[in-house]
Amino acid sequence: MLLIPCPHCGPRNQEEFAYERTLDSVVRLDDAPDVALSALYTRANLRGDDHEIWTHAQGCGQWLRLTRHRMTHAIHSVEPL
Amino acid sequence: MRSGSGITAESVAFSFDGTTYHGQRGDTLAAALIANGVQLVARSFKLHRPRGIMAAGVEEASALVTVGSGAHGEPNVRASDVYLYPGLVARSQNAWPSLRRDIGAVNSLAAALIPAGFYYKTFFGPPSRWMLYERFIRRAAGLGQPPRLPDPDHYGHRSAFCDVLVVGAGPAGLNAALAATLAGKRVILIEQDVLPGGTLLREDVTINGAPGAHWAQYVVARILEAGGRVLTRTTATGYWDDNFVTAVERRVEPGQPGTGEAQVSWRLRCGEVVLATGAIERPLVFVNNDLPGVMLAGAVRELALRHGVVPGRRAVIATSHDEAYRTAFALAALGVDIVAILDSRADPAGPVIAVARARFTVLTDARPLRAWRRGMAMAGLEAQVGGTRQSFAIDCLAMSGGSSPVLHLHRQAGGALEFDAARGAFLPGAGRQRHSTLGAAAGVHDLAALLPDATVVDPLGAGTPPAPGPVWRDEAPGKAFVDFQNDVTTADLALAQREGYVSVEHTKRYTTLGMGTDQGKTGAMVALAQIADLRALPLPDTGLTTFRAPYTPVTLGAFAGPMRGDHAAPLRRLALANAHDALGALWVPAGAWMRPRAYPHQGESLGVASLREARMVRANVGVVDVSSLAKFEIAGPDALTLVAAVCATPVAKLAVGRGRYTVMLREDGMVMDDGTLWRLEETRWLLTSSTGGAARMARHLTYVADVLLGHPRAAVVDLGEHWAGLALAGPAAAHVLAGLTGAPVPAHMGLDAAHLAGVPVRILAASYSGERAFEVHVRRDQAAPVFAALVEAARAAGGGVYGLDAMDHLRVEKGHVVIGAEADGRTTPADLGMAGMLRKTGGYVGWQGLTRPALADAATRRQLVGLTALDAGAIAEGAMLVAREGAEPVGHVTTAAPRVAGEGAIALGLLLNGAARHGDRLLAWSPTRHSTVPVEVGPPLFFDPEGARYRD
Amino acid sequence: MGAERYSALALLRGAMTGHRHWGRAWRAAEPRGPYDVIIIGGGGHGLATAYYLARDHGVRRVAVVEKGYIGGGNTGRNTTIVRSNYRQPALQRLFEYSLKLWHGLSDDLNYNVMFSPRGALFLGHSDADMVRLAERGDAMIAQGLDADLIDRDAVARLVPLLDMGRDARWPIEGGLIQRRGGTARHDAVAWGYARAADDLGVDIIENCEVTGFLRDGNRVTGVSTTRGDISGGRTGICVAGNSGHVAGLAGLRLPLESHTLQAWVTEPVKPMIDTVVMSQTLHCYFSQSDKGGIVGGGDPDFFPSYAQRGAPLRLDDSISQAIALAPALSRLRMVRTWAGVTDMSFDGSPVIGETPLDGLYVNGGWCYGGFKATPGSGKLYAHLLATGTSHAITAPFDLARFAQGRTIDEVGAGPMPQHR
Repeated sequence: MLLIPCPHCGPRNQEEFAYERTLDSVVRLDDAPDVALSALYTRANLRGDDHEIWTHAQGCGQWLRLTRHRMTHAIHSVEPL
Repeated sequence: MRSGSGITAESVAFSFDGTTYHGQRGDTLAAALIANGVQLVARSFKLHRPRGIMAAGVEEASALVTVGSGAHGEPNVRASDVYLYPGLVARSQNAWPSLRRDIGAVNSLAAALIPAGFYYKTFFGPPSRWMLYERFIRRAAGLGQPPRLPDPDHYGHRSAFCDVLVVGAGPAGLNAALAATLAGKRVILIEQDVLPGGTLLREDVTINGAPGAHWAQYVVARILEAGGRVLTRTTATGYWDDNFVTAVERRVEPGQPGTGEAQVSWRLRCGEVVLATGAIERPLVFVNNDLPGVMLAGAVRELALRHGVVPGRRAVIATSHDEAYRTAFALAALGVDIVAILDSRADPAGPVIAVARARFTVLTDARPLRAWRRGMAMAGLEAQVGGTRQSFAIDCLAMSGGSSPVLHLHRQAGGALEFDAARGAFLPGAGRQRHSTLGAAAGVHDLAALLPDATVVDPLGAGTPPAPGPVWRDEAPGKAFVDFQNDVTTADLALAQREGYVSVEHTKRYTTLGMGTDQGKTGAMVALAQIADLRALPLPDTGLTTFRAPYTPVTLGAFAGPMRGDHAAPLRRLALANAHDALGALWVPAGAWMRPRAYPHQGESLGVASLREARMVRANVGVVDVSSLAKFEIAGPDALTLVAAVCATPVAKLAVGRGRYTVMLREDGMVMDDGTLWRLEETRWLLTSSTGGAARMARHLTYVADVLLGHPRAAVVDLGEHWAGLALAGPAAAHVLAGLTGAPVPAHMGLDAAHLAGVPVRILAASYSGERAFEVHVRRDQAAPVFAALVEAARAAGGGVYGLDAMDHLRVEKGHVVIGAEADGRTTPADLGMAGMLRKTGGYVGWQGLTRPALADAATRRQLVGLTALDAGAIAEGAMLVAREGAEPVGHVTTAAPRVAGEGAIALGLLLNGAARHGDRLLAWSPTRHSTVPVEVGPPLFFDPEGARYRD
Repeated sequence: MGAERYSALALLRGAMTGHRHWGRAWRAAEPRGPYDVIIIGGGGHGLATAYYLARDHGVRRVAVVEKGYIGGGNTGRNTTIVRSNYRQPALQRLFEYSLKLWHGLSDDLNYNVMFSPRGALFLGHSDADMVRLAERGDAMIAQGLDADLIDRDAVARLVPLLDMGRDARWPIEGGLIQRRGGTARHDAVAWGYARAADDLGVDIIENCEVTGFLRDGNRVTGVSTTRGDISGGRTGICVAGNSGHVAGLAGLRLPLESHTLQAWVTEPVKPMIDTVVMSQTLHCYFSQSDKGGIVGGGDPDFFPSYAQRGAPLRLDDSISQAIALAPALSRLRMVRTWAGVTDMSFDGSPVIGETPLDGLYVNGGWCYGGFKATPGSGKLYAHLLATGTSHAITAPFDLARFAQGRTIDEVGAGPMPQHR
């Protein structure tokens, strides 16, 4: 159970948060279709640090950017989005 | 009456296998059974070998019993891990017809036929043949009888925070917890035993002048006094990421009826964790080392000093280190004849040895080879003593093959291990989280070293740390066990190596080593030593299996806690639920909600009632509760930007006071949700969407706003919880509504504010039924009078209430799609006939996804169609659309309904290339329901194609 | 090669000789290229692929390279359920192809994988659920699969411990049973395939982690490993859970993300549940192993991880749901929980096909449902690796389907694994 330091609320249990996607998978509204589909349908899926988007769904409801390691689960940074 | 550090003089009656016995309060069942001379307690898993008590703690692998009766029965309870209470009922298990005469023991005779993994090598043939054998195997396997009744116990969940969590209230843990508490830290100390003290309960020592067990109580009192928290009978079961520890507290004993919470599941977020989890003694390996009467030396010592009982009259102590010598003194003090101490070391020396030599026969370079039994218990032992073999007539063997620090939590936390060759044990290395290990768990057994500030008086002295002796090399014929519960022998380990199951995980899985309820607490290291010897490898090179939670077995009920029965998941009731009940509503689950499905009259079936209600709407007027639909208000200067990003239909030109139907897409272009969008003011919008998608839509709106649009100046407020919605539909709807508000009704797709029953409401003129219709939105706490007024007025006009099924019938006739049925997450707007509604310019979520070439290939797309039954039968919802029975389906029926206007059955369906197949005839074929109905394909619109009825 | 056949008679002989005649189930092979085919990953799928390559396609120089011990990934971490009761035809064909192989697998391999078709039961909790189950059953029967829509009385007879009360939190209205579905012994599947493949000359190389790919322009010509370079004709990735990582070594990005799935098992008890019980409305499934433990699971942890380490996030949920369905389970004790890493693909269906690199193929993306596909996946992947062309059954599961709009989305949940 991760302890995620919400920049708005302070450290909270992981169960209050929901993972959404990686930062590089965000599809911008004005992305060209090939760019959009590539972002949507492929991931680096790194066995290491990656940038992720989470939401503090059961808390402040804000969207957050986490840099997190997929093996150690260490959270290096949490920033508001 | 016995005396011991952990018991009181109070006598407690209990029963085992139908015989009543008496023990003393504070006894474990194991201690009480031994006190009553009961040696045979259980049968082993596979070979049904007679087993007695081997341990004094949670590591017990053999003596498993069922405790409690009826609904309170609990199988597989370790006899050493249940404390006596009046009326405790225990039964043996895995034995038939009786423990003493167990038919299953024939497995022992056939043991040579059933070595490790034997089942992989036989029972061939078709699966039916395997299942025949399997039936017998399944019956023979398992241990206790399963519970069959609902669990009468209650379980709690608690969360807590602390600066320091100390796991284990032995000397090291007590000392650390007291120090941290006195330093002003928030401390929680947890201990799996009912008493604090750990090893102090089994050693004859004094600390600061008090017996060890008393000192422990005193320290606990000081911790409590200083504001610390102490949870006894609580086991730390798991150590998870970010110093999160789960623990389970037993508030009543296994099988004990009680009030309140039987167990509490703790979730502890800790600043730091101190693991003072002690060590578990290892058995020795020799033939028949599993007989009743063969026990761990520390367990024997604990029985003697804590409970005042002895497991035999003539005992041998077999050891590879100093500590087990203490058992000889403890037993001798209670009058047991110490026949010999067998020490595997050639030349042990030191104070303990010297004292022991003076009192007992100490044989060096000596170790057990083979035990034998008379009846069901140990009767003698053959030992290798130097170059000779000696036999001893004894009824008890106290053994110790070293000890294994308990590092389960340390490992779960990601801590490293370091192998200490001298101790033959793994010790904790660097931690990955904020945790440290103290005491025996860190390999420190010396009390004086653990308690530097206390005056420790130990008459026997510390002695050398526990270490294992030589590895067993089949010096005598017969079965020598490494895993007592699963009957894994040294021969099984050798077989696994021979067959190439050499990875320690393979050995484990192939032999079932360490897979019992004890998860290898006693046997794992012993087995590793054997494997290392077989493979001629240093022990650490054999590898280790993963330590997984829970440390000791945890009742499933404790995980669920209060999430049982109705509380297993929240059920959402409408604001007007009571009013619906008063109207005789039949409820139906819709996601988390309960919604009125119909309001049947006396004796009316659901189908008849729904059709009556639907026809009432077509003919007259009806009221339906649509409160569970999602409703969002979006307001601010940039509200249009957000709305335009989320909705795929044109929005910018929508006039204030007007609404329109809209769809929202996923990024892959599939329809995510639909609803109506209303422009309340220039920069203020209302979006409604489906009940089931409410949470998804709420998340989507904020995602689009915050992540895609970078926090536009637009606020999203989820009104779903706050506003009730009541729809009034039918040819008489406008008249009825105007009568209630005293004002003209809004035009179709218009909206207006009004007062109804004295309450401010918002009226949206939107039709789902195909009739002139209005949604009345009202604050949920003011909804009751509005609903009452609407129902009364509808009734007065010859109408009434209608439910979900009638609503469904009406919308099928009009070809309106439902999220989940027609929009099933695999359909695009084009599949649903909505391509023309989309903004041509893109710019909304999902537009790129729609450009994918295969989505334009009509031949492979399932498209929305209407289906009309060509005979009198009802179309089965979900039926396959086929050219003939048994043919490859070309589509399926998504929703079926009776015609409301007219007779016969109609349906909506998704059909390959459906838009081009109007006029085709197919079968709606449902083999699971033995239903086949010929249908004609047509447009998904069965009634009032011009829309004349709902327009102004 | 020519290992002794397993049989009751051979066991009897062993009983008289102390079982000293048994040899290794598979050799501890050393890398010795070049190979015709290199399979990365010694799980069930990879070993099955090697076996069928050798048996059906006569490809003899086959290596399976495994970073740890065979069957140590998801093969040894699943809840052993075998079924083909899918709704989408492409998935039905794939999993039914596999289910048919399961029915003859023990004899095929001469290794008892304990496949036990004890029935896979989906529960329905409402009329709407029953319609969905009927639709699934109809679709199955239309493809020649077995499915029975049964009423609540029949469910109660099958699983007497279920709470059939009308006021239960999730009342049980009936179910859909696939009687040819059931369970198998997961480890035995890896070991059985390994033994049979080894017998056909396949090199199974354990403790050999792939660290990179050998390249000749756009062609993959082998792998670099912790035990040296190994060259081969075709290379097949078969490492579900770690597909993203291994493909990443070749510079590829796949349509999947690695998530953690946990499962749990209770102490063994005498038989109490004969059927595999699942609820798709809820998120729990459980069955009783031959040893007597109740094995169960629920949703993944829903965040990316390669750690094979769960969080206590979903356990409470899946267990409380299981107890709501079968209240007597409450008093059983969990003896162990564990975690596996699942390749969560972006439509919920596996990915089997060629990659943008010549000579490199991928088989992964099995989400949390790969175990039951083991024989079929192996046989069909062998076809691809032997011929360079997808079998008709796996052709729809190619990598290109995502960008082209041919996704195979069983539950219609879309591209985000955590919304699945």
